[in-house]
Amino acid sequence: MIDITLTINGEKRQFAVNAGETLLELLRREGYKSVKKGCESGDCGACTVVLNGRAVTSCIVFAVKADGGTVLTAEGLETNGKLHPIQEAFLEEGAVQCGYCTPGMEMATYDLLSHNANPSVTEIKEALSGNLCRCTGYVKQVKAVKTAAKKLTKEAK
Amino acid sequence: MDERKKDFATVGKSELKVDGRGLVTGKPLFTADIDLPGTLHVKILRSPHAHAKIISIDTSAAEMMPGVALVLTHKNTPSTRYTTAGQGFPEPSPYDTRMFDTVMRFVGDRVAAVAAETRQIAEAALKTIVVTYEKLPAVLSIDEALADGAPVVHDEEDSTGIYDAKRNIVANIDILAGDVERGFAESDVIVETTCETQYAQHTPIEPHVALSYLAPDDRLVLRTSTQVPFHVRRIVAYALGIPVHQIRVIKPRVGGGFGTKQEILLEGVAGLVTLRTRRPALIELTREEEFVSSRTRHPMRVRVKLGARKDGMLNALEMEGISNTGAYGSHGLTVLSNTGSKTLPLYNKAPNVHFYGKAVYTNLPVPGAYRGYGATQGYFPLEVAMDELAEKLGIDSVELRRMNHIRAGETSPIFVKLGEGREGVEQVIESCELEKCIDIGAQRIGWSEKHGKKTREGSWVHGLGMSVHMQGSGIPEIDMGAATIKMNEDGSFNLLIGATDLGTGSDTILGQIAAEVLGVPLEKIIVYSSDTDLTPFDVGAYASSTTYVSGTAVKRAAEKVREQIINVAAEMLNVDRSQLTVANEQVCTPDGKGVTLAKICEQAMYIKDQFQIGATASGLMHQSPPPFMASFAEIAVDTETGELKILNYAVAADCGTVINPKMAEGQMEGAIANGIGYALTEEMQLSPTGGVRNPNLFDYKILGMLDMPPLDVVLVDSYEPTGPLGAKSVAEIGINAPIPTLANAIYDAIGVRLTKTPFTPEKILAALQAKTWNSDGS
Repeated sequence: MIDITLTINGEKRQFAVNAGETLLELLRREGYKSVKKGCESGDCGACTVVLNGRAVTSCIVFAVKADGGTVLTAEGLETNGKLHPIQEAFLEEGAVQCGYCTPGMEMATYDLLSHNANPSVTEIKEALSGNLCRCTGYVKQVKAVKTAAKKLTKEAK
Repeated sequence: MDERKKDFATVGKSELKVDGRGLVTGKPLFTADIDLPGTLHVKILRSPHAHAKIISIDTSAAEMMPGVALVLTHKNTPSTRYTTAGQGFPEPSPYDTRMFDTVMRFVGDRVAAVAAETRQIAEAALKTIVVTYEKLPAVLSIDEALADGAPVVHDEEDSTGIYDAKRNIVANIDILAGDVERGFAESDVIVETTCETQYAQHTPIEPHVALSYLAPDDRLVLRTSTQVPFHVRRIVAYALGIPVHQIRVIKPRVGGGFGTKQEILLEGVAGLVTLRTRRPALIELTREEEFVSSRTRHPMRVRVKLGARKDGMLNALEMEGISNTGAYGSHGLTVLSNTGSKTLPLYNKAPNVHFYGKAVYTNLPVPGAYRGYGATQGYFPLEVAMDELAEKLGIDSVELRRMNHIRAGETSPIFVKLGEGREGVEQVIESCELEKCIDIGAQRIGWSEKHGKKTREGSWVHGLGMSVHMQGSGIPEIDMGAATIKMNEDGSFNLLIGATDLGTGSDTILGQIAAEVLGVPLEKIIVYSSDTDLTPFDVGAYASSTTYVSGTAVKRAAEKVREQIINVAAEMLNVDRSQLTVANEQVCTPDGKGVTLAKICEQAMYIKDQFQIGATASGLMHQSPPPFMASFAEIAVDTETGELKILNYAVAADCGTVINPKMAEGQMEGAIANGIGYALTEEMQLSPTGGVRNPNLFDYKILGMLDMPPLDVVLVDSYEPTGPLGAKSVAEIGINAPIPTLANAIYDAIGVRLTKTPFTPEKILAALQAKTWNSDGS
C-alpha cells in the first residue's frame, strides 16, 4: 500500500492505495459516488473529474499519480444546498435524462468554462466530445453549457 | 391548439425532472452507489467457444483460494429452464436458458461464477477454474442455421416453447390479409428489395449491475438496474425455486436501458450467492461483458415487395423477415412480430398484405429487446422500397407516402391478425397528424427545392432522403400498470407507481398527470416508483407503454382520489358535490366559496368520519395508438472517399398531448441519435469463430457530441382520445427513421442503393465504384 494525499472538494485527505488502483476506484470507495464507472478504458467520460484544474477520465489515472493533487467532483459543486450554475443549467435545460453521464459532463463543463467564459458551440462540442451520452442527442447539453456560461458570467459581475 | 388541452396547468409544461436535483448533484442513487458491509463481488467465467459441451469442470483451486466465498457452476445451481426475457406472463419466449448450463452456445455464455471478498480475488479465482470442453460444430449465420443437416443449437429435451428446435427455428409467423398473388398480378408497378441489419448493442452508459442482500426478515432484496422489476421478481422466484413473496425488487435510478435491461441476466446469480452465503453480493458487468454477454439488437434480413397501380395507390405488400435470435430465443418471436405489425399498418390502403418469417437460433451473441423492437429492421426495406416505387412511378416520394398512409378513422387488417406473439386486437386510429408531420418536415428540410438536385461542391454531392413511421403505445390487452395515490394533511400526495423510470423521465410525467387531475403543482406530488414491496404492479418500461398505459392508471387513480376529496369538501361546505371543482390546491363552488386541499385532508384524517383519502387504479388498454413521424435528412457524400456528412436532420412527430416538451424532445433526439449511430457507425464485428472483435466504446463507435448533426425536432399538436389527457407514446419511434432516411438520401445524392447497414464510407465508395464500372460496361 502507498500513502497519498489528495485535496478532494476542498478537503485534504490521506489514503493508502494499491499501486494499480485507479483514481476512479479510490474516489468511489471513499464515497464520491458521482464519479461513475462506464468503461474503465477512458472512452465514455462518465468518470470525469477535475484534477489540478483540468478534466480527466479518472478510470485511466492511477491514484498514486494524483498524489498531492486537487480533485473536484460533482459533489463539490453544490455549496450549502445551493446548486452550482452548471448544475442548475443542466437541470433547467432538460440536459439530464438518466443522469449517469451528467456528473462527468458537468466536470468537463467546469474545466471548459474555467478556461473559456464564453465558448462557441464548436468549442463546447470539442470540450465535451469525450463524454458519451446514450439517452440524448446532446442538443440540450450544448444548450446547458451555453446557459451555464451565461449564469457564471452574470454571477462574476 | 386542441381545445381539450387549453386548460392544462401542469401538463404541457417542461417541469423539471422530479429526480433531477439528485442526479445533477451526483447523489448515490444508482444500483452500485451504496456500500453494504461484507459485500461479495461476483465475477463470471465465460465460454471461449461458440458451441461446446462441458465435459468436466474443476473448481477446487478457486474454492481453496483465500477470499473466495462461493463458486457456482451447473453442478450446484438449479437446472430449471426459464427465459431471460422480461415479458408479461406467460412469456412468448422459449424456456431455453439455464442459470449455468452444461452446453455453451455462444462465445460469452456463462460457465461459472465466483463470489469473493474483492473483485480482484474473484477475477484471479476465475483463472484457476479448469474446464474441459468438447467443441461442437457451430452455426454462425442464419443461412448456416437453416441449412439442411445444420448443427442443432438447442437439442436438449427440457427446453420448451421452441417452434422447431431440430431445425433451429425459434418462431415462425405467417399471416395473410387479402390475396397478395392477385394483388401483385393486378399491379402496374412492382418493386422488391432485401435489406440486412447488423449486430448492435444498446450501450447504456451504466452497464448491467445487480446488488442483492438479505433483509432483516431474511427475505431476499434485489437492488437492480432493470426496466422490469416485477418480471425480475417473478422470473428469479421461478428460476431459483423460491416463492415470490420471499423476494423484494428495488429499482433505483437506472443509467439507461433501451431494452437491454428488459432482461433478467444477473439478478438470479446475485440472489443465489446471497441465499447461499447470507452476504450481500454485487455483480457489475464490465463494458466488454456488456457487449459480449448481455443483449443486442436482432440482426435481420428482411425482403419487401410492393405492388402499386399507376396512380400510386398500393395494391399489395409482402414482407418476409428472417431474424437471428442468437444462442437463446429471448424476444425472438415478438421482435419478429413487430417487424410486421409496427410497419405494415402504416400503408393500410393496400388490401392485400402478407407477412411471414422465421426467427432462428445461431451460436452467436444473444439479441433481445432493443428500442424499435423489430420495427427498425422492417422500416429499412419498407421505406427504401417506397422510395424505389416513387421513382418508378414518377411520383414524388413525399406524395407517394401522403397517398398511402393510414389516417384517423381508418384501420388495418394487420392490427387483428398480428399481435405480440399471438393474434392482435382490432383498432381504429383515433389520432393521426402524419400529414401535418410530412408537411412540416418537408418544409424544414427544403424538400421541394433540394430533392433530386444533386448539388455539387467539389467532390461532394448533396442528397435528400425521407421516410415515415409509426410505432405503438404499449401492448393492448396485455400490458398493465397500476398506480396508488394517497393524500397527506398538507395537501400533498404520494404517487406510488410500478412504472419504471430508466432515465426517460416517466416519474416526472406521471407526476404531472397526477398533479393535473388533482389541481396541484408538481411539487405537491411525491413520486416513488418500482419497488415490488411498496408500489403496485406494472409490467415495466418497454413497448412504449409507460405514458399511455401507466399514465392511464395514474389518471384513473387521481380521478378516484379527486372524487373522495370532493365528497369531503361537499360536506364541509354543505353544498352539493356537483357544484364543486378542484383547482389551485382547493375545492371551490362557482361563487368562489372554497376550502383548501390541506383542510380537506385534515378533516378526513383527524376530524370527522376519519379515513385515508387514497386510491389504486390500473391501466389496461384495448388499443395501442401509434405515434407517427416524418423524418427528413439532407446529406453530402464525398464521391472520392465515400464519407457521408449529415448537414441537417428534421423530424416532425405526432405523439399526442406532449406532457413535458423538453423531455419528449429529449426522447426524440436521443432516439434519432441512436438511430444515426446504427445507420452509420455501430456494428459488433464478429470473428470467424463467433466472438465479438470490438467489445469496447473505442472500436464500437456510438455518436459523441462532435458527431451530431443539427437536429430539428418538431412535436405537432395532437390529441389521442383514448390516452391520458390526450397522450400517446414517444419513446421508440424515432430510432426507426435514420436508416431508411439516410439510405434514401444516399440514393438521391449518388444514385446507389445501400441495403446493408451500417453505411460506412467503405460501403458507399464500393457501391459508387461498382456503379461506375457497370455504367462503363466493364
